[in-house]
Amino acid sequence: METTALQHIASQVRRDIVRMVAGVNSGHPGGSLGCADFLTLLYFDQLHHDAENFTMDGIGQDLFFLSNGHISPVWYSVLARAGYFPVNELGTFRKLSTRLQGHPSTDKKLPGIRMASGSLGQGLSVAIGAAQVKRLNKDNHLVYCLHGDGELQEGQIWEAAMYAAARKVDNVIATIDCNGRQIDGDVDDVISLGDLHAKWAAFGWEVLTMDGHNFTDMKNTLVKAKSLCGHGKPVVILMKTEMGQGVDYMMGSHKWHGVAPNAAQLEDALGQLEETLGDY
Amino acid sequence: MTEFEILGNKDTRSGFGEGLAELGRANENVVALCADLTGSLKMDAFQKENPERFFQVGIAEANMISLAAGMTIGGKIPFTGTFANFSTGRVYDQIRQSVAYSRKNVKICASHAGLTLGEDGATHQILEDIGMMKMLPNMTVIVPADHNQTKQATIAIAAHEGPVYLRFGRPVMPIFVKPDANFVIGKADVLTEGTDVTIIACGHLVWKSIEALKALEEAGISVELINMHTIKPLDTDAIMKSVGKTGCVVTAEEHMLHGGLGDSVAQFLARTSPVPQEYVAVNDTFGESGTPMELMTKYGIDTQDVVNAVHKVLARKKA
Repeated sequence: METTALQHIASQVRRDIVRMVAGVNSGHPGGSLGCADFLTLLYFDQLHHDAENFTMDGIGQDLFFLSNGHISPVWYSVLARAGYFPVNELGTFRKLSTRLQGHPSTDKKLPGIRMASGSLGQGLSVAIGAAQVKRLNKDNHLVYCLHGDGELQEGQIWEAAMYAAARKVDNVIATIDCNGRQIDGDVDDVISLGDLHAKWAAFGWEVLTMDGHNFTDMKNTLVKAKSLCGHGKPVVILMKTEMGQGVDYMMGSHKWHGVAPNAAQLEDALGQLEETLGDY
Repeated sequence: MTEFEILGNKDTRSGFGEGLAELGRANENVVALCADLTGSLKMDAFQKENPERFFQVGIAEANMISLAAGMTIGGKIPFTGTFANFSTGRVYDQIRQSVAYSRKNVKICASHAGLTLGEDGATHQILEDIGMMKMLPNMTVIVPADHNQTKQATIAIAAHEGPVYLRFGRPVMPIFVKPDANFVIGKADVLTEGTDVTIIACGHLVWKSIEALKALEEAGISVELINMHTIKPLDTDAIMKSVGKTGCVVTAEEHMLHGGLGDSVAQFLARTSPVPQEYVAVNDTFGESGTPMELMTKYGIDTQDVVNAVHKVLARKKA
């Protein structure tokens, strides 16, 4: 898909995000906006998937797991815009009896979701397990997962990283949303991750980097990541993003990690984001 | 006098190992994961016969549980194996989010449960695991009584769709369940019929209760002994039917008094028809090093404790 077309979708996804969180005065807009470009590219250009015929087992398709489940607004918007469920359902986000729970769940059977997430650090293990089963099933499709950088403070991430390299799980592509922010402040101030590139390399992973707001760079990097699969090593992409990307007053700070805009702020945000596909 | 034929002496964990090996041969969707305790869990046969379906994860239990949850996607039936302590408390959040809430078909198989782990001491003797697991929605909790029943339960849970916690142990104990017995999840075994008192036991305490029968029958007490191998879903019909006759109950388990089988029984009876109940369980204390049998005696979950509890509950019933 052309970059301009992807940008059009991503703009609508960003509108959906701010409208969803403003609609219930809760949710996590910052990281969601930061990952809007990546998830748009993944679902509309890169992933081998079938939105209309979602199955839990996903045999013969690529799989995606969102480990940092708090950025559910961006995932829900992309899934809806990709055809997994009606776009109007985005208006039920976080409301009683919704399938769009605050954090993703399989409990309400929302198409597109294969695992609950929210308690951090578990999704890499899940993705690796699913990837090993793809090998057992002789299914050559890939497994993708997305994590926050702050999430890498969870010890289980490194258990999983060690395991995947030791077991040569080479059909998984993990992406880290490196926005450098977490709830209490900058990641470097809360608990620095140190040299992340060196850490993943030392754990035995192929490490790539990309600009999470540059579609050409992301596309090239994902193509490279896929070409590295099947060669005995898991692949991780360190994706540089800006928390709150696309809404000026949300950028450059951790403050919009988990805060919803009020009515005036929503209007301001929507003024910066073109309505391209029609609001829900 | 009720006689139970002793069919042999083995540990329940070996029953798990045999059941898992049989599943490995019969069902190609069964996969197994172990956190560096393959020998202790008796998973060696499965590993040897199905190397491509056996996943050694090392000392990383959190990773193991979430890997297993991921492995259900694509149709596999993962059995995880480690000690009960590391199968539950250490990984409660992983089980809660990725297994129970996500309703994944993972079988959490836990050995060395309770005091009878013995000499390793309290760091490894978990007595809270039944409580933790039964509180999770969607979770089935099974505590088989002997070697044969553990094997039968292992095979049965593969055919059950959904999360299961299977708890067994280390010590060699008498086998009394017939090798061809039909294990049904959620259907209790009534071992003796009686009219004075109901004993509801699980795990190793079923044999201890069988041992207690001798003294109780000699005292002229008619005992209905129930092996409640499934803690959740609880066989409330069996409880109702029995307690309706006897009017009092003793529960017996190798678990903390709070939150175990006894509490499940008490909660059910409190909401239906309360009767005097006595607990044979560990009362709000950690264990310590010692032989399994020494520990059972010291911490009040031995044969004599069952006998004493029956006398106590009968006195309360009469009062």
